[in-house]
Amino acid sequence: MKTLADLTPDEQGCIHSITGADGLAQRLAELGFTTGQTVQVVRCAPFGDPMQIRIRGFHLALRRQEAQRVRLAL
Amino acid sequence: MAAATLPAASPLAEPPHTTPPSSSRSYRVAVIGNPNTGKTTLFNALTGLSQHTGNYPGVTVESTLGKFRQDDTQFEAIDLPGTYSLAPRAPDEMLAVSVLLGYGRGTVAPDVILCVVDATNLDRNLYLATQIIDVGRPVVIALSMVDLAQKQGIHIHIATLEKRLGIPIVPVQAAKRQGLKQLRLALRDAVHKPTPPPRPVAFPQAFTAEVDVLTTALTENDRHSGGRAHPTHPAHPALPRFFVERLLIDADGMIERDLARERGEWIRIEAQAARQRLADAGIPLPHMEVDSRYEWIAQVVEQARGTTPPVQQNLQGLQSWQNWSDRLDQIVTHKVWGLIVFLAVMGVTFQSIFAWALPLMDGIDGIFSAIGTWVGGTLPEGPLQSLLVDGLIGGVGAVIVFVPQIAMLFGLIAILEDSGYMARAAFLMDRLMAGFGLSGRSFIPLLSSFACAVPGIMAARTIENRRDRIATIVIAPLMSCSARLPVYVLLISAFIPAQTVWGVVGLQGLVLFSMYILGLVVAPPIAWALKRTVLRGEVVPFLMELPPFKMPAWRVILFRMYDRSMAFLRRAGTIILATTIVVWALSYYPNHDHVAAEFEAQRAAVSAQERHQLERARASVRLRESYLGQAGRAIEPFVRPLGWDWKIGVATLASFPAREVIIAALGTIYNVGSGLDEESLELRDAMRAERWADGRPVYTPVVAVSIMVFFALCCQCGATLATMKRETNSWGYPAFTFVYMTSLAYLGAWAVYQIGSRLVG
Repeated sequence: MKTLADLTPDEQGCIHSITGADGLAQRLAELGFTTGQTVQVVRCAPFGDPMQIRIRGFHLALRRQEAQRVRLAL
Repeated sequence: MAAATLPAASPLAEPPHTTPPSSSRSYRVAVIGNPNTGKTTLFNALTGLSQHTGNYPGVTVESTLGKFRQDDTQFEAIDLPGTYSLAPRAPDEMLAVSVLLGYGRGTVAPDVILCVVDATNLDRNLYLATQIIDVGRPVVIALSMVDLAQKQGIHIHIATLEKRLGIPIVPVQAAKRQGLKQLRLALRDAVHKPTPPPRPVAFPQAFTAEVDVLTTALTENDRHSGGRAHPTHPAHPALPRFFVERLLIDADGMIERDLARERGEWIRIEAQAARQRLADAGIPLPHMEVDSRYEWIAQVVEQARGTTPPVQQNLQGLQSWQNWSDRLDQIVTHKVWGLIVFLAVMGVTFQSIFAWALPLMDGIDGIFSAIGTWVGGTLPEGPLQSLLVDGLIGGVGAVIVFVPQIAMLFGLIAILEDSGYMARAAFLMDRLMAGFGLSGRSFIPLLSSFACAVPGIMAARTIENRRDRIATIVIAPLMSCSARLPVYVLLISAFIPAQTVWGVVGLQGLVLFSMYILGLVVAPPIAWALKRTVLRGEVVPFLMELPPFKMPAWRVILFRMYDRSMAFLRRAGTIILATTIVVWALSYYPNHDHVAAEFEAQRAAVSAQERHQLERARASVRLRESYLGQAGRAIEPFVRPLGWDWKIGVATLASFPAREVIIAALGTIYNVGSGLDEESLELRDAMRAERWADGRPVYTPVVAVSIMVFFALCCQCGATLATMKRETNSWGYPAFTFVYMTSLAYLGAWAVYQIGSRLVG
């Protein structure tokens, strides 16, 4: 399944679910990564990682490893 | 949807630690909110100069506290760390939960919670707000950034929001001091009518049932465990319902770990079993909580926002503002430009500190030497005159000179933080930090450590992972703090030529910049080694909000400058003063009478011109004969390989409690308080005049750099070590830090002198 890490800058997607039920999954959910929510990749940092994304009107930095946990709907 | 209410039998209806209201007492307000909501600006506006760092009752970590009043009602406020949720995973989130619930021995729950909600980010902020209401204390919401929201075309119908949340909401613009009185009135009303608000968000029945089961299990087990247990005197206080909910929702969270440690591992097993039952019933945790809250929020926000289309003019305003922040972001986070801007920002910061503060410093220096001359001329010669002039005025005065620079450094760092640049710097540096086993999160504590390692180490509380946090804390004192600045400035201005290299860059500024870079270069390998050995573990996630750029709030910046300068002055008035008196006494005594008599005789015989030189000679004989001089000569063999004479050695030794003491110690040792020449920076001149027995100057540029490198790498700060002990809850890490930094400092200074003196010749 496509994940947030697969998007390129300016691309956007719709959240399907978050993999796992650990602290990271909970934190992402608390920040508003809920099913059906739109996320957009804004840009990537100089060395390709982390990435800057936009969700619910604010910007967030996260690493590709974390972005892979966000599964997108087709 | 009707608001779900808790049964009246909730343990929070009668919280165990609340004191009864009376007219004369002070009411406790806990201020909480998401990061970047303007919470600190609001806290500043409310409490003003009453603000200070201290301990909230029952809480061991230091927080910002302050006072304010409305009519006859007095408030004591605590500024809780910014947080996105009350599911505690980092120590500062646990601090917030402990304070809000009054959990822990001696911790008192606040009388009212002030929750700051950012109007431009309503969804995410209301998530925390609904959790806070669930805590079961009176809550007042301060709605911040209303002006910005309006510019963005967001219109919030406050009455609707108030009705749905069941608590008062006051729009504020703290920077413009608007809405503060209404806010204080709302807080006053809330404490005088302390009815806990009903819970807005309803959870599934199956979940509430499991919470009841778990609460019963905790109470039962408590009653049966231990010989002293008794139905009316349980071994532990009853747990608030919100607390048990968190235990259930946050698998392996801080509450579960705390409780399992205190009351036994069975708690983990019970909680996990309950989670499994819920998952089987189609209610997976933690998603149940998040989904319930966000569903509720979506409904409420839709109602409260209404369908008013944004005004065309506002839309343009919004676009220009967004473009401005986005365009700036494009540059400062760009692959190439971003890094150039980063280095330029750092370079300009340090260059400007050097250039701008100098006139002010000269002024302060002039005042102190004038006072020294006056006291020296007024008082009769003797121990008292020497103590006042050489010890206090020469010593402490030499430290106070550096207040302008310290204020400026804190000011510049506060501007970087408040404008939103700091988060970008962390974003840029994350990949690099990951190479050393840390994350961009460690970057902010490290950068704040350039101002002072104490707040830097405290800022590491935001790092969720313990191993990352400790690695950050251990390397934080390597960052060149503001207390090192006086040492650098003194030595650079005296011994590094004021010439330009490559046409534009001042050599002095360049040397200063290199000193700051030194810590940055040394720290990563140490972090890397730690993360490979004692702090080994899996890679930790990195999530960080990048707030929109904004103009810094000048009140916050100025307050920070004032607050930190006062902290520095307090330090000068206590530890530095005490060390200075000790250094003075050791350098003055034993004061042999026969030496004095000899000089008096010579003094009478010579002309006024020669008298000046005689005074110097006398002072130097006295110093050599003193206890300090004796000790100095004993340690001289150890400091000679660094290119130092015994005076530098002794001054360095004296500055282990606080590194800025070296200035005071040198001031005392070189007798600069006696005001030989008011027109110049005396300490500098005295040091320039210092000679070895064979007539070579003691201080050469190489020696100056050797001293600076020692100070750059050494952990000469009692406050840092004490803070480290408090934050890591162990003496092991401060002891390790002290040993590794002192060794590194000695080796570094040795290498500089041995290599440098051979190169220069």
